[in-house]
Amino acid sequence: MTETLLKIERLTKAYPGVVANDNVSFDIGVGEVHALLGENGAGKSTLVKMIYGLVKPDSGTMTLRGTPFAPAEPRAARADGIAMVFQHFSLFEALTVAENVALGMEDPPQMRDLARRITEVSEAYGLPLDPSRIVGDLSAGERQRVEIIRCLLQDPKLLIMDEPTSVLTPQEVEILFQTLRKLSSEGTAILYISHKLEEIRALCDNATILRLGKNVGTCVPRDTTAKEMAELMVGGTLQIPTRKPGEVGEIAMEISGLSVPSPSEFGTSLKDVSIQVRAGEILGVGGVAGNGQDELLGVLSGEILSAPDAVQLHGQPVGRLGPVARRRLGLLAAPEERLGHAAAPNMSLTENALLTGAVREGLERNGFLSWPKAKTFAERIIETFDVRTPGPENAARSLSGGNLQKFVIGREVLQRPEVLVVNQPTWGVDASAAAAIRQALLDLAQKGTAVICISQDLDELMEISDNFAALTEGRLSPPRAAAGLTVEQIGLMLGGAHGMEVAHIDTAEART
Amino acid sequence: MIKLERRRQPSQAWSYATPALAVVATMFFGGLLFAALGKNPVEAIRTIFWEPLFGEFAFYYRPQLLVKGAPLVLIAIGLSLGFRAGIWNIGAEGQYIMGALASAGVALALYPLEAWWIFPAMIIAGALGGFIWGMIPAILKARFGTNEILVSLMLVYVAEQFLASMSLGLMKNPEGMGFPGSRNLQQYPSAFNSEVITNSGIHYGVVAALIAVIFAYVLLSRHMLGFQIRLTGEAPRAARFAGVEPARLILFCLGVSGALAGLAGMFEVSGPSGQVSIDFNAGYGFTAIIVAFLGRLHPVGILLAGALMALTYIGGEIAQGNLGLPSAAIQVFQGMLLFFLLALDLLTNFRIRFAVRGTA
Repeated sequence: MTETLLKIERLTKAYPGVVANDNVSFDIGVGEVHALLGENGAGKSTLVKMIYGLVKPDSGTMTLRGTPFAPAEPRAARADGIAMVFQHFSLFEALTVAENVALGMEDPPQMRDLARRITEVSEAYGLPLDPSRIVGDLSAGERQRVEIIRCLLQDPKLLIMDEPTSVLTPQEVEILFQTLRKLSSEGTAILYISHKLEEIRALCDNATILRLGKNVGTCVPRDTTAKEMAELMVGGTLQIPTRKPGEVGEIAMEISGLSVPSPSEFGTSLKDVSIQVRAGEILGVGGVAGNGQDELLGVLSGEILSAPDAVQLHGQPVGRLGPVARRRLGLLAAPEERLGHAAAPNMSLTENALLTGAVREGLERNGFLSWPKAKTFAERIIETFDVRTPGPENAARSLSGGNLQKFVIGREVLQRPEVLVVNQPTWGVDASAAAAIRQALLDLAQKGTAVICISQDLDELMEISDNFAALTEGRLSPPRAAAGLTVEQIGLMLGGAHGMEVAHIDTAEART
Repeated sequence: MIKLERRRQPSQAWSYATPALAVVATMFFGGLLFAALGKNPVEAIRTIFWEPLFGEFAFYYRPQLLVKGAPLVLIAIGLSLGFRAGIWNIGAEGQYIMGALASAGVALALYPLEAWWIFPAMIIAGALGGFIWGMIPAILKARFGTNEILVSLMLVYVAEQFLASMSLGLMKNPEGMGFPGSRNLQQYPSAFNSEVITNSGIHYGVVAALIAVIFAYVLLSRHMLGFQIRLTGEAPRAARFAGVEPARLILFCLGVSGALAGLAGMFEVSGPSGQVSIDFNAGYGFTAIIVAFLGRLHPVGILLAGALMALTYIGGEIAQGNLGLPSAAIQVFQGMLLFFLLALDLLTNFRIRFAVRGTA
C-alpha cells in the first residue's frame, strides 16, 4: 500500500475562459482506493481525462511506477494499465455483451475464447454476465458490469470509476464495493469519483478534494464526517434543505390502472400503475433508470397518451390531452434528459424559456410570440435559481449540467404548477445546486403543489419525500410513508439485487 | 495535425461568413475546372458573375435574373420551412408541375372568356394543385410513417408523365397544327402573368416571392408555429415535450411548400413560359433545394441565394454562348457551390486547431 503507483505533480489545464485544473498534485498508491471529490465544474473530469490520455495537460507531470507518463491517447494509457469506466455507458444496444467487449479491444480474440474469458472474469469477481445476451435487454446495473468487465480483461493497474453507483440499487452497490475491495486487495488501485459521501466513507482509503480546479485538501474519509467533506467541496457551510410542515390537501393527481407500451424499442412498458398524490405532498418514486421512469414522466407530461380516465387531474380526465393542454391545467413536468428533451441544445435560454412557458406565462398571443416577455421570464429564472451564465441569449448547451438543470427545474417551478413531475432533478448536479433544487421542490409543496419526484438517488428521496413508491420493470409499488423506511426495506421494494451475487472469495484465492 | 473542436456555441460570425467563403472557393475551384477545359478561367468567372449585371447587354440580362430567381426563391422558401423541421420535401419539381397544370387547366377551360377574376382563380388553382401534390407524401407520412423523401421524389416522375399526357392530349392546342403543347397564355390577356413594370422583369411571381420571404421571416421569428418548426429541427424530443404535434407540422410544412411550388409553376406557365409543353419543367424544383441550403434556410439568405443562383444560370448561359463552355461544366460549377457550403458549414459548430506535433 505504501508503494506509489501514480504520482501527479502540478498538473495544469486551461480552457478558454476557465482554468479547469490549477497545479493539482497527489499520489495514488498500489492497491489504494482513492476518492476524487468536488462539485461539478471543479475539474474532476478534466483530471481523469488527462490520466486517461483524452486531454493533454498544459503543464505538470505524471509519473507511473517511477517512469514519466504522458499518454498521447487512451490507447497508450490502456497499454500502461489504466482503465476507465465512464459515467455514461458507451455500449451498442443492438449487439451482444461479447461483441461490445470485443469492440473496445485492441486485437480481440476469437469470439468463443472471448466469451469464455468474460465468463471467467465475471465469476471471479461476482459479476455474473451472459456474454451472448443483447445489451439492449440488460438493466443499467448489468450494463455497468459489461463496462467493468471490459476494463478487467485488460488487467488494469489503475481503474478509474466515474460516478459508478448512480444507477445501482443499494444491494448492487454493496456487491460492487465487494468487487472493488477485492480488486484493491489484489493490488489494483482505484480512482473513485462520486458525489455520494457516505459511499466514499465506506470504500475509500484517501480522498483528494478539488474546488475550482485547485486541490484544496486531502482527508481520510473514514475519519471525516460527510458534512465536513461536503463543506470542503463547497468551501463554506452547506445549506441542508429544510421543510416546514405543510398541510396535505385534496387529491391533486390520480393515476389508476394505467398500462401503456413504451414508444421506444428498448423502453419499459408501464404495467397497471396506480397512484394518488395530494396537494402539498411530495411522492418519491425510486428505482433504477430504465425501469419505466421515462415512460412514467411521458404519461404525466402528455408526451405519451393513455386512456382518458387513467390520468386524472383534480378529478378531471386528462389522459388524452397533449402537453400544452395539461400545462394550461397546471400539470407541469421536467424530464431527466436536459439536453435534447427538457431543453433544445442549440437554442438560447430565452427560446428555451418559451419552450414550456408559453401558455402559463402569457408569452404568446394569437400565436404571435412576445420575445421581450420571454426574455424577462428567462432572466427571472436565471436570477431566482442562480443560473451561472452571461445572459439569456446564450445557447443551452453552453451551460454546465448543473446550471442547465437549475434552469430547467426553475422554469417549471416559477410557473406555479398545481402538480409538478420531475425526473432525476439533481442527476449530475453538484451538492449546493442539488440542495437548492431540493429546497425549491420543498417550498413548492409547502405552498400546496403536489410534487412527484422520480429519482435514482435514494438519499434525495428520503430527504424530501412524504411517501415513497418503487418503480421496477414498469410496475409501481404501493406507496409507503418515507419516514422510518430503512435502506434494506427500500432495496427490497426495488427488487433486491437483480441477480447479482457477492464475489466468490474462494475462486479468487485459487486465482492468486 | 488538424483537429476539430466543438464550439460551446454556434459561431454567429461564421454562419454569415461561410456562404461568402463558399462562393469564393467555388470561383477558385470552378476556375481550375474551366482552365482544365482549356478556357481562360478569369474570363469565364467574369462572364458568369459580371456580365449579367454590368456587362454590355445587362439591360437584357437583369430582368432575366428576376424571372429566373423568383421561382427559385418562392420554392426554396417553402422547402426551407420543412427542412428546418427535418421534413424533407424533395418533390417540389412535381408540385411545381401540378401547380402549373392546375392553373393552365383553369385558363384553358375558360378560354376565350375575358374577365378580371380569371388570373386570381388561376393563382388559387396553382397553389391548390401544388398543395394537393404535397399532401400525398404528407398524409402518407403522418398516417403510415412512410418516408416523405421517397414518396415526394417519386411523385415528380408521376407529375412529369402527367405533364406529357396533358400537353399531348387534353391541353393540346386545337389550333396548334398537331404540335404538342397548349395554347400560349401570353396571348390570352386575362390569363397572362404580365409584368408589373414593363421591361423590368418584375412579374407577379416576383412580387409573390418577395411576399413569401416576408411571410416566412415573420413566421419563423415571431410566430409560435415557426418556433415549433425550428424546435422540431433542433431537438425533436424537446419539441414533443413542448407540445408540438408532429403530424400537424408535417401537414403544414409539406402543404405550404407544395402550395408555394405550385404557385411558382403557375406564374411560370402563365408568364415566361406561356404554355404547357412536355419540357415545361426546367429543374427549378431541384435547384431550389440548393438555394434553400445556400441561403442557410433563412428567408433573407434564400433571397440572396436565389439571386446568386439565377446569376450563375444566366451567366452560365452567356459563358456557354460566348466561350463555348459545355453545359455540364456549368452544372458542376453549381454543384460545387452546394458542396463548399456544406463543407464550410462545419466551421459554424467546430473550430479547427492546428496542433503542432510533439508539443504537450
